[in-house]
Formats: sequence, structure tokens, C-alpha cells
Amino acid sequence: MNPRFAKPAAPSNDKRWKIVDATMRRVGQNSRGLIESLHTVQEAFGYLDETALRYVAVSLRVPVSRAYGVATFYHFFTLKPTGEHTCVICLGTACYIKGAPQLVDTVKREFGVSPGETTNDGKVSILSARCLGSCGLAPAVVYDNQIAGKVTPDQLRVQLAKWDADDA
Amino acid sequence: MTPEELEHIATTEREAQAAISQTVNVCVAAGCLSCQSQAVKDTLDREVDRRGMKTQCRIKGVGCMGLCSEGPLVSTNDGTLYKHVGATDAPALLDGLNNGPVERLRCTTKVPFFERQKKIVLENSGVIDPERIEEYIAASGYRALLHALTEMTPAEVIDEVTNSGLRGRGGAGYPTGLKWSTVSKAVGTQKYVICNADEGDPGAFMDRSVLESDPHRVLEGILIAAYAVGASEGYIYVRAEYPLAIKRLKSAIRQAEKLGLLGQKICGTNFNFRIELRLGAGAFVCGEETALIASIEGKRGTPRPRPPYPAMEGLLGQPTLINNVETFANIPPIIRNGGDWYAGIGTENSKGTKVFALAGRVQNTGLVEVPMGITLREMVYDIGGGIPEGRKFKAVQTGGPSGGCLPTECLDMPVDYESLAKAGSIMGSGGMIVMDESSCMVDVAKYFMEFCMTESCGKCIPCRVGTYQMHRLLESITTLQATEKDISLLEELCDLVKNTSLCGLGQSAPNPVLSTLRYYPEEYRAHIEGNQCVAGVCGKGDGQ
Repeated sequence: MNPRFAKPAAPSNDKRWKIVDATMRRVGQNSRGLIESLHTVQEAFGYLDETALRYVAVSLRVPVSRAYGVATFYHFFTLKPTGEHTCVICLGTACYIKGAPQLVDTVKREFGVSPGETTNDGKVSILSARCLGSCGLAPAVVYDNQIAGKVTPDQLRVQLAKWDADDA
Repeated sequence: MTPEELEHIATTEREAQAAISQTVNVCVAAGCLSCQSQAVKDTLDREVDRRGMKTQCRIKGVGCMGLCSEGPLVSTNDGTLYKHVGATDAPALLDGLNNGPVERLRCTTKVPFFERQKKIVLENSGVIDPERIEEYIAASGYRALLHALTEMTPAEVIDEVTNSGLRGRGGAGYPTGLKWSTVSKAVGTQKYVICNADEGDPGAFMDRSVLESDPHRVLEGILIAAYAVGASEGYIYVRAEYPLAIKRLKSAIRQAEKLGLLGQKICGTNFNFRIELRLGAGAFVCGEETALIASIEGKRGTPRPRPPYPAMEGLLGQPTLINNVETFANIPPIIRNGGDWYAGIGTENSKGTKVFALAGRVQNTGLVEVPMGITLREMVYDIGGGIPEGRKFKAVQTGGPSGGCLPTECLDMPVDYESLAKAGSIMGSGGMIVMDESSCMVDVAKYFMEFCMTESCGKCIPCRVGTYQMHRLLESITTLQATEKDISLLEELCDLVKNTSLCGLGQSAPNPVLSTLRYYPEEYRAHIEGNQCVAGVCGKGDGQ
């Protein structure tokens, strides 16, 4: 490592930066570890904001533009915070054939949000997935990391309404 | 670790297993887990505890049993298979161990779905506990690695793989032995082995299942490959969307390191190998090998022109071997049983077996492994059990967004690399989706084109702009606004994108359109001339 290079200080006292630092150390403070480091940031904070991108970029000695380029190239990374709850609708081929478009329609009609958007009250984010690999259970939906199979528009409506009514 | 020590672990484990007379296997792969199979396993565990049966009955979490649509699946050591098992069924299942099977939950295994399969890659799936290396070793695991390291030269290993006739299971079907020998002859200061587990095809989940059900098999395959080509470092590039596969791979790597099967001086030889996981971040194009390498280097996953092929200049400019999960999973049995044994299965040019993820409008959906050369009809009607609800078969789609839709006329075609390519589709990684009359073929083509359009990395213009334009044309057909001219424009664009794109994504993106134009021209015509969609999917103002 270049002895003149000084790693920047973490953006705040938030303990989660320590986890990010650990990952960056593990990848040897090398530009090759950019994607790994961004994964850690997203896992810790839920999304990548400008502060995080700048911090990771400078620490790994890559231009901020490259960190931004990588963060926007890959679908897995998000630059916006997600809602309290997330609902991922699988749009893989098997799910598409077995009725995923109707699920998307239902959400659009009843809650006014499309995949990639969050309800105005910040309660629920609707996301779409390319394929969850649960094709045997098509159409599949992931409610807050819990996968559900053979979902009908009615079941989806009930679950979303429950989250919407929930004040916690 | 010497062969004797390995044998010792295997014998100890087998004796421990034999001491317990009854075993109940609960599937804990992602499919069944999503129907709460973990609760079934926990309840069974508690119930065994409560009854004081611990010394005679073992509850074991195992990998995928294949018939995902009927999950959660549970099997017992006398060969009984249960479907749709709930946590409340636990006491009945345990009673059944002594009083005969519980008929109401029973799933017959005397059906083509089970009987027509030939399991090589999946031989341990649904049988062993994927989280314990001892069980894998007891099932002859790591024996092939030790045999290769202690009794074979790297050249002999490559010869064996070449003899087996194994071809890349990622889709393109490049001969594996040839790839290995190219990498082994390439000159570089450091060589790498990469396992491509970025299973991006929608509708394909073979690799995920193999990683979740038998991770050590993949590690063993990678290690043998590394020895053969002279690599000392490796990466497994796995989708971040597969958390369970990642967890099991991580624990498998730790266990193998602990037993000295990974690391420095493996099994007392001069062979060193280090392996790391790299998480993908949701980019379909990263299945392309040069894009995957860029991603491992921490960059945007854009492909570059080949040659030079990764075998000569890959990761960090060094010779790199890239194979798919299923390809690596085939290696240990090939070394164990010999290349000739493997070459005896399958057809003239496509040897061995292939794992397919059967999904869509068929009775039995799930994971199946069949010998190459089986017909599509057998896949759909025998193994798949036909189309449910008395509907009519329309198409079977293979190869994901790079493949095509095959109609009834093609059903008697054998499943092998050449036949599928001739019919306008590809083998692909193994997704097989069946469609019935409720699917509109133009809509399906549009679906795949939308996929390619969003996933195009944007580096080369034919793919970036061409997929967008083709999607627009398909959109105008499905909204019943197209004219005759649009079809010829579409055909022209297909030709252009296919022949001038930089990588496989663009080159194969027109396949779904070309195959539907070829086999279902009447559907396109009905949209344009008759202003109607036969399947009733498309319509004006349908903004989907």
C-alpha cells in the first residue's frame, strides 16, 4: 500500500461504518473490492447514499464516478431508502406465465404504485425480481424476506392492506 | 488428509448412521422452505425429543427432492415420500414409522417423474444433509479429488474429462476437456478457476438447487479442475439473490478448510488452492464470461471482444478457467467412475445427463435430471405429467431469454445441443417452461425482449438500440396497432442484432422473436390483420 495514502475518517460515529471498514480491510483496500464493499453498505444501511458512495470510493482509491457507475449498473443496489415493508413480485418466466402480471396490475390499481416505487406514506415498497428461482411455486412474492408461493391477487391485496393499516 | 483418513471419516459416519434405525428426511432447500418446511422439521425434532426416540430416530434436513410443486416434501428411510406435509402432521409421521405409512400424505414414487430420471449431478440431493461434510464424504465425497491428487497427473485428469465428452452446462456447450487443456497450456504467473453461479435466466433454478443441496460436490469439482489446469486461486461468483446457497457454500468452504481439503498443501501434496465467494449484484449480462470477470474485478459488468479468450487472458490478465456450477458438479463422478462410463450415457454428441427446471403450465413442476436425448414429449407429458385443467399444449420454452419457443411439431425431437439449436432454440442452462393456449406467443416474445432490453449493458449499439426498437415493434403488435411493414422491419432488426452484437446477450436476444415468428406466424398475423389476440392476452390500451 502507498504509505502516503491516508484512509479517510468515517462520515459519522454510526457503528455501522465499522462493518463497512471491516469489509474494505478484508478486500485489501483495493478497487477490486468495490462491489463487495457496496454490498456491505447496503446490508448495513439499506441503501447507498452519496455520503456512502464517496466514502467507499475514496477509501478504495477509485473515482467517485466509478463507484456511482457500479452502483447504478447493478440492479441489486438501490440509491433510495426503501419503505418500512418490502414486497418483491417475481417476474420470471414461470411467474409471468402463471399470473404475475395480474399481481402487478392489482398493486397498481389498488395502491397506486408500480414496481420500483414506494407508497406515499413510506410504508410499503414494491419491487420486482427477475427470477427468484422458486419457479415451482409460481407466481412467487417475497414479503419482507419471507417467500410465499402460488400467490393470488386477493392474497396480495390482503397482505398489503394489513401493512397499510399497521401503525407500528 | 490421506485416502486412509478420508476412508476413516466415511466409515465412522456410515456406522453412526447405521446405529440409528430410522431417518426422516425433510427438504430444506429454498422451494420447500418457502412452504414452511423448517417448521415441519422443528416440530418433528421436538416430537422425537418428547417421545424419547432420539437414539433410534433421526430427523435430517436434506436438499431438494425435485417435486417442488408438492412441497414441503418429507421422506423416510424405507423409501416412503410424503407431500404437502404440515407441522401438525409430525406426530402422525412418527407413528407411521412403526405402523405403516400415512396414506393421506403419501406421494407415489412409481410415476415417470421419478422413474424416468437418471441422477448423477443430483445423486445426493434430497439424500444427504448439505450442511455436514461428513455425510458427503460417507457418500464417496472427495474420493475423486484424492484419487486425482495422489494417483493421476493433471494431463490424465484432463484426458478423463475429454473422454467423458462433457460439454459446458451453462448453455453454449463448449467441450469441457478442450477448455481445460487450453487453460493448462496457457502461460501465466498465476492461473484462476471461476465457478459461474450467476444463474440469471428467468425460470431456471438448477444451480441454486445444486448449491443448496450438495455444495461440497461443486467444491470438489472446482478443486479437481484447479489441479488439472494448475490454478491456485479461485472464485465462486454467485447471485446475491440466493442467500441460502451463499450460506451453505460459506459453511462448506469452512468445513473443507478445516479438514485440509482446501488451503496449503492439500492432502500432503504440493497442491495449494484458495477459494473466495464473490456476490453478483443482479446483472444478467454477468453470465457472459468476460463481463463476469469485469464484475469480479469490481467493475461494471460489461463484456469485451474475444479473442483473447479468458483461457488465455482472463481475470487480471491471467489464464482463467470458467465453468458453470453443473459442469463442476459432473466432475467428481467422472473421475470416480471414468470418462467412458459417462460417455456411455446420452447421445452421440451430447453425453451424460442434464438437469432441467421444469416449470410453467405442467402438472409436476420442479427439478429433474434426465439423460440427454430424451424427447420433449417425454419431458412434458411423462415427467411433467401433462398440462393441467384439460388445456392444450402450445409451446415449450428452453434457454431463457436466449432460447426459443418450440411447438407441438417439435415435441418428438431429442433434447441435445444440436437438435435444439437446429430448431431455433438452445439448450441453455436448463430452464424449461411449458405454455398452454392461455399464453400469447407475441406477448411471450415481448416479455423476453423487455428482459433483454433492460439487461443490455449498453456497451455495443446493436444490442442497446436494437433490443429497444424490437421491443417497441412488439409492443405495437400486442396493442394491435402494427402494420404488415412492422413484421419485415422486425425480421430485419433480428438479423442485424443477431449478427453484429458484441456478446452472447445481444447475439441471442432475437431468438425468442425468430422462433415465434417461425412457428406461430398465424398469431402475429391475427394481431395485425384480424386485430385480435387468440389467447386473449393482448389488447388496446393494455399498458403492461
